[in-house]
Amino acid sequence: MADLLNQLADIWEVVRFPLGAAFCLAGALLCMVGTVGVLRFPDVYTRLHAASITDTSGAGLVLLGMALIAPGWLVIAKVIAIGLFLFLTSPTACHALANAAHTAGVQPVIGRVGQAQDAEGDA
Amino acid sequence: MAYFLGLVLALAAFWLGMSGHTEPLLLILGAVSVALSCILAYRLDIIDREGAPYVRSFGLLAYYPWLFWEIIKANWVVIKACVKADLDIAPALVKVKTCCRSDLAKVTFANSITLTPGTITVEIDGDKLLVHGLYEQLSQPEAFAEMDRRSALAVDGKEAKA
Repeated sequence: MADLLNQLADIWEVVRFPLGAAFCLAGALLCMVGTVGVLRFPDVYTRLHAASITDTSGAGLVLLGMALIAPGWLVIAKVIAIGLFLFLTSPTACHALANAAHTAGVQPVIGRVGQAQDAEGDA
Repeated sequence: MAYFLGLVLALAAFWLGMSGHTEPLLLILGAVSVALSCILAYRLDIIDREGAPYVRSFGLLAYYPWLFWEIIKANWVVIKACVKADLDIAPALVKVKTCCRSDLAKVTFANSITLTPGTITVEIDGDKLLVHGLYEQLSQPEAFAEMDRRSALAVDGKEAKA
């Protein structure tokens, strides 16, 4: 039993670096997807939706990857603290932006955007 | 008193997690800074449910895993919307009524909505939330009913049902 556990620990030591790197890479990719969304969407509110991908899954996966690569519990504790603060502050910042736009009177684009509108434009 | 103890425990755990040193000098410095923070918090009169929500909020521990799963599902929808060749979204503003009583529960609910990609809380007015959604069909008021119920249960506990 102890042998098996030792073996598992050894495998884990080998596996966790590539795994962590893969998570970091996936997170970075998702941050890029979020950026693409920010550039493509039409107005403030919809762009915030795209930015929230970067906030949640992008940052989350990068932090998860960093926790896997981390050399000790101390670093993991710090990564968890960073995740917790991001988790609590990013929606607040997002809401502050949306609320500021709303208060300033920015009218959101409502209804179908994209294909239907383009078809009308072509006609 | 429970709030005070919760604050002390949370601050001490935070200090240990950040420093990781166990030399007497650093432990004493940590104790001093925890005490200083507690005195400041006491003088600011913020040792209450909102200032130190560590003790009574075990319901949140059950709520967050569910929320994570919701976030992952919603992420997938928005990621698809971002990279789709044809831009195909239908933004909408919806009014959502919440059954959360306390401010903390309302904040939890509004934060959960904002944290879930594809929906953002724009304004809170009493028990009504103005929500901007990326897809009209996915952000009808009924879609938030379960999140509302769960965050009310997590923060307000059983008394919310009364």
